[in-house]
Amino acid sequence: MPGTSPPSPLEPNRVVPLSTFLNLTFTGLVVGAIYGLFALGYTLVYGVLRLINFAHSEVFMWGSFAAVWMMTLLNARAGSGGPAAVLYLLLALLAAMAVSGAVALLVERVAYRRLREKKSPPLVALISAIGASFMLSEIMGLRDRIAGWLNLDGVLGDYVRPARENTQFVNPLPNATLLDVGGFQVRSTQLIVLVAALAMMIALEQFVRRSRLGRGVRAVSQDAEAAALMGVDQKRVVQLTFLLGGLMAGAAALLYLMHIGVTRYNVGFILGIKAFTAAVLGGIGNIRGALLGGLVLGLAENYGSQLFGSAWKDVVSFLLLVVVLLFRPTGLLGESLGKARA
Amino acid sequence: MSERALGEDQLVVEGLSVNYGRIEAIRDVSFRVPAGGIATLIGANGAGKTTTLKTVSGLRTVRAGRIVFEGEDISRVPSHQLVKRGLCQAPEGRGTFPGMTVEENLDMGAYTRSDRKSAAYRADMDRVFTLFPRLAERRAQAAGTMSGGEQQMLAIGRALMSRPRVLLLDEPSMGLAPKLIQQIFSIIVEINRQGTTVLLVEQNAAQALRTADVAYVLETGSVARAGRCAHGVDPRG
Ligand SMILES: Nc1ncnc2c1ncn2[C@@H]1O[C@H](COP(=O)(O)OP(=O)(O)OP(=O)(O)O)[C@@H](O)[C@H]1O
Ligand SMILES: [Mg+2]
Repeated sequence: MPGTSPPSPLEPNRVVPLSTFLNLTFTGLVVGAIYGLFALGYTLVYGVLRLINFAHSEVFMWGSFAAVWMMTLLNARAGSGGPAAVLYLLLALLAAMAVSGAVALLVERVAYRRLREKKSPPLVALISAIGASFMLSEIMGLRDRIAGWLNLDGVLGDYVRPARENTQFVNPLPNATLLDVGGFQVRSTQLIVLVAALAMMIALEQFVRRSRLGRGVRAVSQDAEAAALMGVDQKRVVQLTFLLGGLMAGAAALLYLMHIGVTRYNVGFILGIKAFTAAVLGGIGNIRGALLGGLVLGLAENYGSQLFGSAWKDVVSFLLLVVVLLFRPTGLLGESLGKARA
Repeated sequence: MSERALGEDQLVVEGLSVNYGRIEAIRDVSFRVPAGGIATLIGANGAGKTTTLKTVSGLRTVRAGRIVFEGEDISRVPSHQLVKRGLCQAPEGRGTFPGMTVEENLDMGAYTRSDRKSAAYRADMDRVFTLFPRLAERRAQAAGTMSGGEQQMLAIGRALMSRPRVLLLDEPSMGLAPKLIQQIFSIIVEINRQGTTVLLVEQNAAQALRTADVAYVLETGSVARAGRCAHGVDPRG
């Protein structure tokens, strides 16, 4: 309009239209649910062993590649749709969960079990975890060379290259717009991701609450010696805990790929820190806390990048973590798997 | 209590030694628990009573000696396998699961049982609630919010849910008011009368000696005295 002064560069950002706010909220919840699902692995293992499983980020990363490779194997086409697309996604989900579960069990077996049996100090287990994390990440990042040594380069070409760049995930499901009200959009992929993540978390919580082994997990996390006296085999509970965390991370990896579309050998690093943050934010050791922490973190990231620019996204979310912990040192819902009144 | 005819020794501990690192916690401890009876292990703070009981339960590693339960050497059997064999311990202090309700705690006692939906299971629940009416009133309360005495009862009730043939109790009277102590001891006698052998660790020597059939006194990691203790015969001399 002539005669009025030009708006300051900050002005347009200040007034956020309702549709933008709703979009940010919805996608924030979608990402947050993925964080929450991923965070379960940290929370479960912490609840039982009082140990931060740093290698959990790589459990997720391996699951993401399993999903990518399954699509390559199936020769899936992006957006091809139909019942085949659903089947393909289910197969990718199975592959991701299986590989993540297996890697999680491997980490427990190789990096932790002996240390636990020898009653080593927690710091040693932490270093072992960091070591396992680097190993798992670099094996993926150097997979082209490893395939080269084994003379499998030709056969595995599509799977191993480019080893250190982004790898695309082919999603055979079309991304339809289900709802569009004045700019607020709900896309089918996002909705699937959100619903699937919540469903997995509810299933896990029910399992831990109702099944016999789940009660064993709760018992060990509340009092390991008393649990042993009641006949709970701690070794099996620990394995189960790693397995459950791995399965959830695998599912999170597939949902992440559906939402974001790419992965790479070091994708676990930042995402792992985010998921761990979600676990701490909600109260580490607490299953519902992982979900709440994930959702809060997802929303904070989205709102933060809208208000201050996306460069400030991580600053905002970690500031939130610090502030929450200053006022609630045990997280939003408080600590401990067992004490969480399920 | 009058002297009773006691069965063979159901639990035999011979020359047991246990270390914490390089420090010897108990040395050459031997005692016997007769079938159908109440044996007690008494001694001052730090004498090694809890260590002994935890070792029998498989929570501590045997350095020397052996533990024989119903004729089988269980010295190296891991703790979680002992419940199924018929040996269960109610631990010292607040050894309940704080985040579980009273009912869930009792259910944990039946963790290894395969008949958790059966009438026998419900009958055992009822039996615990009859022995400890206080627990019945608080079925749905989280164990962590109960008083020390209530948790003590819960720990005993939980152990009973595994239907043990030998029940190990670590200081069930700890921190209780005199009236409650009296009550706990009469419940222990009742449990024993219903057919469970009891090994009772106590600091409250007077009460323990009045309740038990045989007694052993632990002093700084070793058995100093032993004897039958009917009719108030005090093995302390
Ligand atoms: N985890 C441990 N590490 C090192 N030393 C220990 C440990 N537990 C117990 N001890 C030591 O072993 C000795 C025996 O302890 P124990 O707990 O068996 O005594 P107690 O007879 O049960 O005592 P109380 O009547 O106070 O319960 C004590 O000297 C104690 O300090
Ligand atoms: Mg003791």
